[in-house]
Amino acid sequence: MSAILGQIGQIFLVVALAPLITGWVRLVKSRLQGRIGASPLQPYRDIYRLLQKEAVVAHSASWVFRTAPYVTFAAVWLAAAVIPTFTTNLFLAPAADLIALVALLGVARFWTALAGMDVGTAFGGLGASREMMIASLAEPAMLMVSFSLSLISGTTSPAQIIAFILGGGVGIEVSMGLSLAALIMVAIAENGRIPIDNPATHLELTMVHEAMVLEYSGRHLALMEGAGMVRLTLFMALIGGIFAPWGIAVPGANAVGVVVGLAAFLAKCFVLATGLAVFETMIAKMRVFRYAAFLGGALLLGLLATVFLYVSEAV
Amino acid sequence: MPPISQSSYEVAHLIGATVLMAGFQLLYQRRLFAVLNTFAFQALALAAAAAWQAHIQNAPHLYITAGLALVFKAMIVPFALHWLVERLGIHKTVETAMSIGWTMIAGVALVALSILLVLPVTANAAALTRESLALAMSVVLLGLLMMITRHNAVTQVVGFMALENGLILAAVSAKGMPLVVEISIAFSVLVAMTLFGIFFFRIRERFDTLDLQNLETYRGDRQ
Repeated sequence: MSAILGQIGQIFLVVALAPLITGWVRLVKSRLQGRIGASPLQPYRDIYRLLQKEAVVAHSASWVFRTAPYVTFAAVWLAAAVIPTFTTNLFLAPAADLIALVALLGVARFWTALAGMDVGTAFGGLGASREMMIASLAEPAMLMVSFSLSLISGTTSPAQIIAFILGGGVGIEVSMGLSLAALIMVAIAENGRIPIDNPATHLELTMVHEAMVLEYSGRHLALMEGAGMVRLTLFMALIGGIFAPWGIAVPGANAVGVVVGLAAFLAKCFVLATGLAVFETMIAKMRVFRYAAFLGGALLLGLLATVFLYVSEAV
Repeated sequence: MPPISQSSYEVAHLIGATVLMAGFQLLYQRRLFAVLNTFAFQALALAAAAAWQAHIQNAPHLYITAGLALVFKAMIVPFALHWLVERLGIHKTVETAMSIGWTMIAGVALVALSILLVLPVTANAAALTRESLALAMSVVLLGLLMMITRHNAVTQVVGFMALENGLILAAVSAKGMPLVVEISIAFSVLVAMTLFGIFFFRIRERFDTLDLQNLETYRGDRQ
């Protein structure tokens, strides 16, 4: 019963919290750049405004263009619903594993890219082709990270990996450090954050994600932007949950445990979001042709993590 | 001597892995100054590794090793190379013999090779000792790879110094390395550094460049 309650809470928590996290990242970035910045609640207002507006659809758009926002948002939301945030006691936890997570994110990306190409404008196609290039590099790295995590813990389910780490099954492991570095690099690429893509730009030469959703308006745009925000929350939950699982509520926890879990999750998101904003302020965007080296680096880190498992586990 | 706990070994390996990651960073950098900064960072991690080993092995002389690494390799050598690069006016991008991606793949292959090599040799040693040795050997091989794949004399010297970092990492992980050996290594590195500096100026005076490919025509076997 509590598993179902936990699941319902989780489903609504990720969507309710996602705009706040994005707003916080924007606020910290503005302050670091010497601007006052909008309130962290601004993304809620933006989404509310977009939902009030009429959705304008180009004449050349097909049903793909109109369906894509819903599919994208649903896939990302489902993926975020199965990653433990404040509790590992989730109804859907046994059904979900890291590979399913990669697949769900892949579905979302595929539909976004399709929508980008559907209208037939030059920018959409450009964004879609770049997004696919990034994806083809980021996905193997993400899979490699899941392989080394599941080799360490003997399972691919995030809830069970967290339980294994909380149970003291893993010490300060070199492979865990390498996986963390690789996962952070993948997360930066998947969320289109600064060295890979600039979420605040509309400059032709640099935009990737923005180029694909350029034609959207109204509720479609709200869904697309919401999907991006939920994806950021998802990666924060994944990194915070697996590499700093302390405080998360386990099955059988009482109400205090759940409240502690919630507070710990909020604290982790706060730290990660602030760190992201500081990192984005410090670094410059990369040239498109350097993506391969950056994400290849992530893949190699994941590979090294797996290689080092075979040494330390004394196989 | 108190028994060394599992977690202190794990921290030692984490620092060792940081040294190795810095080795990969060296291969990835494209700017000469970034290469030098990364090298300073690697030496810093090496000093931390030596200090940690001094702490867990109760071996005070390793603190001196850590200090030597900190002063010579993390400060004097990078500063001197910075000064040299500025004097020679070559702070441009690094020219590589192989593309960066292929170099990184070769680097991972070398790490796998050193693990394959260390595992059978140390079959009787504890799993944790093996990991230290595998890490140190990977750093040595990455230094060699850097020397092979760079045209510029300065980056080749950095590769040599990185190789030497790997040797020190192996030495501090094994018990009973005499201090005299380490001090003499540290000083010979400084002497080598000075000689390299003189050579840079000589090479440039003679050939107007630090790209060592131009020297190959004078080698004799390629006529």
